[in-house]
Amino acid sequence: MSEDREAPALLGAAHTDPPEPQDAEDLFVSVACVTECPEAARLSAEDLSPGSDGHKDPDDPDDPDDLFAEATEEVSLDSPERQPILSDGPSPAITPVTPVTISPRLDVFDRSLDQDDEEEENRDTLDIQISVSDPEKVGDGMNAFMVYKVTTKTSLSIFSRDEVCVKRRFSDFLGLHSKLASKYMHMGFIVPPAPEKSIVGMTKVKVGKEDLSSVEFVEKRRSALERYLLRTVKHPALLKDPDVLQFLESSELPRAVSTQALSGAGILRMVNKAADAVNKMTIKMNESDAWFEEKQQQFENLDVQLRKLHASVESLVCHRKELSVNTAAFAKSAAMLGNSEDHTALSRALSQLAEVEEKIDQLHQEQANADFYLISELLGDYVRLITAVRGVFDQRMKTWGKWQDAQLMLQRKREAEAKLQYASKPEKLQQARDEIREWEGKVQQGERDFEQISRNIRREVGQFEKERVKDFRVVIMKYLESLVHSQQQLIKYWEAFLPEAKAIA
Amino acid sequence: MEGSSAEAALSVSANSIRITDVTQDGDVLTFAIASQKLNSSAGVCVFRMYEDFDWLQQSLFSEENLPGLQGIIFPPLPSKALPSQSNTQTKALKQLGFLALGQDWQSYCKALEFYLQQVAAHPTLCKCKALDSFLINSESPGKQRGRKGIFNRLSQAVEEMRKESHKDVDNFFQNERNKNTNLAASSKVATEKLLDVVMTEQKLAVACGHFATSLHLCVNQDDAAAVAFSKVCLKLSDVIEAVKRNYEKVASNNLSTLGLGLDLESRYQESEKEMLFRRTCKLIELETVKKGTEKAKANKREVMEAFQKAVEKEFNLISSVAKQEIERFHSSRVKVLKTFLIGWCELQLNTAKEFAELYSQHLEACRNMYSE
Repeated sequence: MSEDREAPALLGAAHTDPPEPQDAEDLFVSVACVTECPEAARLSAEDLSPGSDGHKDPDDPDDPDDLFAEATEEVSLDSPERQPILSDGPSPAITPVTPVTISPRLDVFDRSLDQDDEEEENRDTLDIQISVSDPEKVGDGMNAFMVYKVTTKTSLSIFSRDEVCVKRRFSDFLGLHSKLASKYMHMGFIVPPAPEKSIVGMTKVKVGKEDLSSVEFVEKRRSALERYLLRTVKHPALLKDPDVLQFLESSELPRAVSTQALSGAGILRMVNKAADAVNKMTIKMNESDAWFEEKQQQFENLDVQLRKLHASVESLVCHRKELSVNTAAFAKSAAMLGNSEDHTALSRALSQLAEVEEKIDQLHQEQANADFYLISELLGDYVRLITAVRGVFDQRMKTWGKWQDAQLMLQRKREAEAKLQYASKPEKLQQARDEIREWEGKVQQGERDFEQISRNIRREVGQFEKERVKDFRVVIMKYLESLVHSQQQLIKYWEAFLPEAKAIA
Repeated sequence: MEGSSAEAALSVSANSIRITDVTQDGDVLTFAIASQKLNSSAGVCVFRMYEDFDWLQQSLFSEENLPGLQGIIFPPLPSKALPSQSNTQTKALKQLGFLALGQDWQSYCKALEFYLQQVAAHPTLCKCKALDSFLINSESPGKQRGRKGIFNRLSQAVEEMRKESHKDVDNFFQNERNKNTNLAASSKVATEKLLDVVMTEQKLAVACGHFATSLHLCVNQDDAAAVAFSKVCLKLSDVIEAVKRNYEKVASNNLSTLGLGLDLESRYQESEKEMLFRRTCKLIELETVKKGTEKAKANKREVMEAFQKAVEKEFNLISSVAKQEIERFHSSRVKVLKTFLIGWCELQLNTAKEFAELYSQHLEACRNMYSE
């Protein structure tokens, strides 16, 4: 795994050829554009079609198809960006691999199969426990924020201590996700999405309302943050990432300033547009591997199904809460009836009845929590995870696009060289030949990148599907445990009530 | 009540009265009523519609030769059910409460059955010919229109309300009226609240059903991973189905025992209220007559006094019947509530045991499957 991280450094440091005049610089510009701008990727797709000679300036800010035009800053998101938001600020991690890969290729992304198996095994026996707890409000009014205690207990050697406690706020989590996404998504790794930001929920908390809904909100968020961290460390690459380690261990964390991200609605628009753009590209992409097409379709279907399930469960939770309210009201009315009753034994039985109903109300509330925290949140998490998975498929498309662009460029250079053969400009001819060599290198790199990301995705998806089954199984068992517990409690209550009813004389 | 009645006793056993079947034809419900003859092992079965029940009730109200009739707490007859399609469930609920729930009018039939049993068990009312004829005659008596009961339901007229709070001359009755007011109100509220609970339980069961069905739709056999995930979804679907059946059972238990019991109690309290009101009205009449007599001129006085004596005699008779009725009512309602409470508790206990077992089995199965 360490090899992966070293690679970018090497690439960065080993940048060899000095920029050559004129054409070469143009080369760099266009390379940079190709890799950083989705619009350029789309343009390349257009360029690929024969006969097109549309040359739009990739940097045109008024480009109507700018995918980011509508994205607004502000709230963080639950889905990985198509264009990962690169984090600013100091980070011990090596800067992400963006482009300029002209240097000789390095077999850094190739991994042996053995390593894969070993890591998969390690996932199962991962000895690390993370808990997020003790939410504390810091500050007042609209500047207030919640701080959570993150406790990590582990025997893994990459951690400096057995047990670490740090304090983190929500934006710290978002910052972590942003860094991880920018580092790993383009390699095809499925980076677990961070929990959603919620303006309404937080405002209530900030304003200081100590009511039930703010308490529930904080608890929901705490639980979500915990699940987020657990999912993140389950991934072997992410577990060893210095940003993750710093997050879990450092007492002081530099404030994540660029958690400017896209609002939920903005993200949705962007993802949809991106999907459209990708679709245009897909038409051109010769998918040599049916696996990817099938998987993509599967995930699309799964997305729809999970959203439906999520809605169903929300309805269930709602009714359960309503039942709790009604049970409490009935308990009160039964108590009043008991009070009005003259006959002593009957009166006592009715009061007991009221107590039993109150206890049952408690059970309903607990069950509603189980419904929600176990099933509903699980489904919500997976809806978001699926979006991350689809993002990774998109990345592969992009990588493919890069490769194709490189091929096209190479072809052009070759054509240019062929023309120069008959002109008597030996320096230009030499330059052309040099460029051809460069682009041949890029083509090779592009192909390798594409193959690498394809391999990574296959592995990631396989792992994801295994985890998914495990997650769901765990939830089902926990849910059944809660059901069994409720019923056993009920049995106790009814057995206690029966003699009271029989004692009415 | 004693002696002078020439009415024959009921020829069937009160406990054996059952409503065995109900059929619906458009708007009309027809009930099959079976009972056991007292002197033989023969059974009787008749078919009646709601109009017949109404006829019976009205006949009881207008029974002659029953002194102190107004002091009787009449077993309450449930309202008429209107089963037509245009009648939405909310209307039915408003009208009948718990009796509108349950499948195929089961609760409603149960309530009508109670009614007949209670009339048949009443020491005085059981002797009414109308009851015997209702239970035995193959021909439906309801066609005979006519004698409308002399009692009307308590109307909401302001005058009635004023009369209702008229101070009593007898502490026993004043206390009883106060208690009855409280109990009638509390039991009505408790019935309504329990009805809300049962409705929500049913809604919850339906929601569980939807969720379980949606889980089924997630089945996908494309590859090994999908198959594994599908199995998990199906398992969860089974669990949720079980939860659905659980809630259906719990709701049905609530309905068939405590729900019916509270409904009956609530209607009986209303019936007692009506009786007490009738007596109060008589009291007011008596007091009015007394005042009139005092003010009467000499020539009218004797007539007035005779009239006053008659009214007084009536009032005293009503009061003495009422006292007996009240005592009987108190002891019987406690027994009835006790039976319902025990039945309720036992049913819910069994259901809880049944589902504890079922969930445990599922859990065990999961543990075994997933530990492989």
